[in-house]
Amino acid sequence: MPLFHAGERIRVLDLGKAGHVRIPAYVRGHVGTVVQFCGVFLNPEDLAIGNAGGCVVGCYRVEFLQTDLWTDYSEYPDDTLVTEIYEHWMEPAHG
Amino acid sequence: MAERDTTDPCPLPLRTAYTAQEALVVEDDAGNAEAARITTILEGILVTKGLLAKGEADQEIEKIETPGLHLGARLVARAWVDPDFKNRLLADGKLAAAELGMKVGEAQLVVVENTPDVHNLIVCTLCSCYPRSILGQPPSWYISKTYRSRAVREPRTVLHEFGLDIPEAVRVRVHDSNADMRYLVLPMPPAETVGRHEIDLAGLVSRDMLIGTAVLQR
Repeated sequence: MPLFHAGERIRVLDLGKAGHVRIPAYVRGHVGTVVQFCGVFLNPEDLAIGNAGGCVVGCYRVEFLQTDLWTDYSEYPDDTLVTEIYEHWMEPAHG
Repeated sequence: MAERDTTDPCPLPLRTAYTAQEALVVEDDAGNAEAARITTILEGILVTKGLLAKGEADQEIEKIETPGLHLGARLVARAWVDPDFKNRLLADGKLAAAELGMKVGEAQLVVVENTPDVHNLIVCTLCSCYPRSILGQPPSWYISKTYRSRAVREPRTVLHEFGLDIPEAVRVRVHDSNADMRYLVLPMPPAETVGRHEIDLAGLVSRDMLIGTAVLQR
């Protein structure tokens, strides 16, 4: 069962992990809105080191306002960016 | 004269050329030539050891390159003439593609629709994630570090350089294909689709429209 649902506000955790974690640095610490639960997938952090027998993790499409991601992205307040975030990198964001 | 280390099994410059975090995407011909040389040597060894049949690698490459743009274009053309199919395509791209006999090899296909209010742009900042099973191999600029870094950071400027000026009132929505989804843009249809044959409509679709760096002139 997915922990998060479409429309919910979440913050991307900054777990400080190096390597092939598939969570872009530019969204870490930022608040976005869940667009879609995509299903569960093998954790890329396991796959990157050749472990194809690890636990599966939920994956979500999350949408961010560009103005939240980049301090100088000021002219187009409605522009957005959507990217995929694995569940263990997410926490509920309030307010 | 320096003594050559004959015990080195890999006397190529590649071994020290990349750091641990460096993506294996090379951006110049010299790099590609180097990779090609290593690939050829490796293939020779695998064939000698009987792990690979001669010509097997070429067959696999052909298999990868066979799906071309025409599959993606067919999906778009069908969506343009059949609203029910369009809804199914937007709900589950992989399932809808299967209706037309297309096998999407990637985990899921997310189709994002361009409308008068929203323009979608696809990028993979991580490497080169791309719906290869229905579009073939991505163009070299899609893999370039320049496109990958700038498309998320300043999409409107990048689009302008592609000759596409998105009006201020239209929202630009960038999709960073960083994980398990693969993306396809459903471009806006031509002004008139009634009575037009699907094959003709598919012919209007360009690769760049499906990435979002071009639109159909209406």
